Amino acid sequence: MTSGARISLKDVEHVARLARLELSADEKERMRKELDGILSYIDKLRALDTAGVEPTSHAVPLTNVMRDDTEVASLPQDEMLANAPDRHGEMFRVPKIIEE
Amino acid sequence: MTTYETVIGLEVHAQLATRTKMFCGCRAAFGAEPNTQTCPVCQGMPGSLPVINRRAIEFGIMTALAIGCRVNAHNRFARKHYYYPDMPKNYQISQYEEPLAEHGHLVIDGGGGPRDIGIQRLHLEEDVGKLLHEGALETAQSSNVDFNRAGVPLMEIVSKPDLRSPDEAAAYLKSLRAILVYLRVCDGNMEEGSMRCDANISLRPVGQAEYGTKVEIKNMNSFRNVRDALDYEIRRQTRALETGERIVQETRLWDPDRAVTVSMRSKEFAHDYRYFPEPDLPPLDVQPAWIDEMRARLPELPGARRARFQADYALSAYEADILTQGRGLADYFEEAARGSGKPKAVANWVLNELLREVPADDDRAVAASPIPPAHLVGLLHLMDDGTISGKIAKDVFEKMFRSGETAEAIVRREGLTQVADEGALGAAVDSVLAAHPKVVDDYKAGKKAAMGFLVGQVMKSTQGKANPGVVNRLLMEKLPKV
Amino acid sequence: MGALTSLTAHELAARYRRGEATPTAAVTEYLARIAALDPQVRAFLTVTREDALRRAAEADARFRAGTPRGALDGVPIALKDVLCTRGIRSTCGSKILDGFVPPYDATVVARLFDAGAIMLGKLNMDEFAMGSSTEHSGYFTTRNPWDLARVPGGSSGGASAAVAADMAALTLGTDTGGSIRQPAAFSGVLGLKPTYGRVSRYGLIAFASSLDQIGPFAKDGEDAALMLQTIAGPDPMDSTSIGVPVPDYTAALRGGIEGLRLGVPAEYFIDGMDPEVERAVREAIVTLEKLGARTEPVSLPHTEYGLAAYYVIAPAEASSNLARYDGVKYGLRVPGARDLIDMYSKTRAAGFGTEVKRRVMLGTYALSAGYYDAYYGQAQKVRTLVRRDFQQAFERVDLIVAPTTPGVAFKMGEKEDPIQMYLNDIFTIPVNLAGLPGVSIPGGFTQAGLPIGLQLIGRAFDEALLLRAVHAYQQVTTWHTRKPPLTT
Ligand SMILES: [Mg+2]
Ligand SMILES: [Zn+2]
Repeated sequence: MTSGARISLKDVEHVARLARLELSADEKERMRKELDGILSYIDKLRALDTAGVEPTSHAVPLTNVMRDDTEVASLPQDEMLANAPDRHGEMFRVPKIIEE
Repeated sequence: MTTYETVIGLEVHAQLATRTKMFCGCRAAFGAEPNTQTCPVCQGMPGSLPVINRRAIEFGIMTALAIGCRVNAHNRFARKHYYYPDMPKNYQISQYEEPLAEHGHLVIDGGGGPRDIGIQRLHLEEDVGKLLHEGALETAQSSNVDFNRAGVPLMEIVSKPDLRSPDEAAAYLKSLRAILVYLRVCDGNMEEGSMRCDANISLRPVGQAEYGTKVEIKNMNSFRNVRDALDYEIRRQTRALETGERIVQETRLWDPDRAVTVSMRSKEFAHDYRYFPEPDLPPLDVQPAWIDEMRARLPELPGARRARFQADYALSAYEADILTQGRGLADYFEEAARGSGKPKAVANWVLNELLREVPADDDRAVAASPIPPAHLVGLLHLMDDGTISGKIAKDVFEKMFRSGETAEAIVRREGLTQVADEGALGAAVDSVLAAHPKVVDDYKAGKKAAMGFLVGQVMKSTQGKANPGVVNRLLMEKLPKV
Repeated sequence: MGALTSLTAHELAARYRRGEATPTAAVTEYLARIAALDPQVRAFLTVTREDALRRAAEADARFRAGTPRGALDGVPIALKDVLCTRGIRSTCGSKILDGFVPPYDATVVARLFDAGAIMLGKLNMDEFAMGSSTEHSGYFTTRNPWDLARVPGGSSGGASAAVAADMAALTLGTDTGGSIRQPAAFSGVLGLKPTYGRVSRYGLIAFASSLDQIGPFAKDGEDAALMLQTIAGPDPMDSTSIGVPVPDYTAALRGGIEGLRLGVPAEYFIDGMDPEVERAVREAIVTLEKLGARTEPVSLPHTEYGLAAYYVIAPAEASSNLARYDGVKYGLRVPGARDLIDMYSKTRAAGFGTEVKRRVMLGTYALSAGYYDAYYGQAQKVRTLVRRDFQQAFERVDLIVAPTTPGVAFKMGEKEDPIQMYLNDIFTIPVNLAGLPGVSIPGGFTQAGLPIGLQLIGRAFDEALLLRAVHAYQQVTTWHTRKPPLTT
């Protein structure tokens, strides 16, 4: 990834599939251009020598934050189902599943 | 023609026996009405955040120690991404680069003597919900989701590819299960899915160093299934290799009804899980003090206990093996053995009588047995002091199991005490001798076998209550005089 | 007496206590002002009129009984729609959550209600807090009360505009890369981003989990102190909230800044920044010196890398956090799909706006096989370097003073190119990467009468010192008392 396009239309399609996003043909092309622009900006990161630098995943270091194994009342079934776009009885209904 | 070696690795998912879920306070219990055990956290609602269940981590550490894993002082959760409707957030909180524990081993015996099976890693993660298809998955026009199980703590234990046969795979599962159940961290129920097993299996020409193409097998929800599925897969792959067709790396489902594995035809799009450290959960820092505390909580494990039973109680390997299949049964045996001072007798009664009524590995059933160890000890005493005969004792045991009463109570009420009184027995002996002159003659003619018949007749006439020793002596005395 | 809506929260609370006003009177005035002005400003996604009047009546009763709950009892507030409110639609500015009614309150919301605060409604924002102008709201664009042709900033533009236009005494926003401080600067109000971990995120609809933080918009430092006091402190529901003791922020306001050491980072005064902004900030620094502060230059050498690191980390975490919006459990589902995957892809395509799609794609790419180390891994290391910059600076100074943004509020539709838009946050993002507290306050106005933001950055958990400096500055300046030229 030195010169030229950092991301191809095929990459865009692969990523869109991973992200479960349906993109129209011109959306894909626009997305490719924009991502390419952003990635080239982001590439300045690679210029930086970070040998021996520890990554930071949390700004404020913490460890061993845990709860006791004590029960807390669940929410009422109707409240947890109230937002369901589609239901079958007391369950969430989803369309036909075809393995990818 | 080349002969092939089988290479198997197992991936076991064990549901931890915690009261609540991995990251929220909802009950983890199985079998409730759909979507009655959920909250914003385990249903992945916008804005909700996970909080680690300490007991789940402790169960993980205990198990890691029991299978000789190194607990990673620094370990953390990570997000594993893939879309499936039973997974509320479309990522699973699991562990990836920094699992709870690694590098353990388990000694098994798959028939070919004890073997050391390597364990790659042990990590914790959350379970997904339950998908109920309207019909078979292939044909269902829609499916329904129940999130009660979503977020239940799972412990994943991955073996090295050290298993060489379906029998070894079954043996590995059996001893792993025994350990989990001994530790009380998992109920080990494969049928209910609280213990699930996937297998990676490949074949390679004997002597070849590198592994062949592996196939992943899922949906084997019993020990029997595991053995059958692996047997089938060995046949299938052998045939393929012999006919020179190449093995595809794929996932196959075991279909127990048709007894075949079926390809999921799903790998055309390779998964890309996009793991990254879970930003909502600070890492875990497992200090030696915590590990020591967990080690102190470990019970004596099946292997050690089996060995000790053979040594301390002079039991056969077979007896010790069965008596240690469940921690409850082993405790039962030891209590009765100590109480009676007759371990061998206790072993016989447990193996021959008790286990007819309760499964050896079912702690709950053993604990709920109508005959507690103390009652068994009582029964043995009645035999020792000659109050009842062994034959009567078997009936008494039956009655004890049905009623939950002590042996003493039953024997007293039903007057099953042995007749040892010579006067009473003398009369019975005399009448038997009088009733069978022919047999008496045979005996005198040297047919010693006749004695057995006569003893039997006396026992019969006393409904088995006669003390066999006394009967024998009386016959010896009286026969010559007839 | 003047309109209750023009008062600060602490002034209003004082009138309640003196019996000169009632919560119902204030809420009624606010609802009337919202009805009159919001058609122009468009800050509110939802107005909770009945709920507000009911809570107001309850607050009235508490004051009559002489048992008010505290400084915020009866005070009318409004919340960025990123916060979950039980029984009240919470959209996060996205069509994909249109009609989503949470069954629970965010921790901060519960704390505000317990304190007696009265919610007037839910405020507009860039979809999922991704934006700097509210132009990326899935519903409409909020206008800048100082110039209705301009944006109020974002993503918390509804929350900044509502306070600027006196449509709420106090509001809550969230700041992931500047989403509180930048709109505060554009809208001429105070916006405080607390230290990461100071305020519970439970119930905050996540954008970038390791950066998101909730904070107040207020008319002055005293009000900000009251709001922070109410929402700060650890929460068992948020494993990343921290148990550092919460000081008495109101008490901390007093004492002045005599002898305070102020750092001025060279990297925050760049070519191409608005000269009026630079001049105003330099003047503000002089004012702070007059108050007894000693200023000295400091260097934050990795500033220019902060933006790049942020545009890897935030989208990566967002792509993960937004995976749950799939049409199965809540929110939008596009009907008539062939199968599940088709439903997922069509629902997400229809429910997400272009900026969200862009970031979800970027984040998914950055985490995908083969790119993790080059992007996410490297960005996390750069994050460490940015943190070190601040640690070293704070060995020599107590606070850092800088502009909040390189420019002032821009016109709607002016910034088409994503990167141009992203550059707005160049001075605010490093603070999020380091998890530090930062505040933006009005520090002047341009010739054209647009507000200019002055940013103060503090040590972790030292919000008290930030507020003391703000209070000292506001005792000798009047920028924060100016009102936008709105006519009903
Ligand atoms: Mg797993
Ligand atoms: Zn739950």
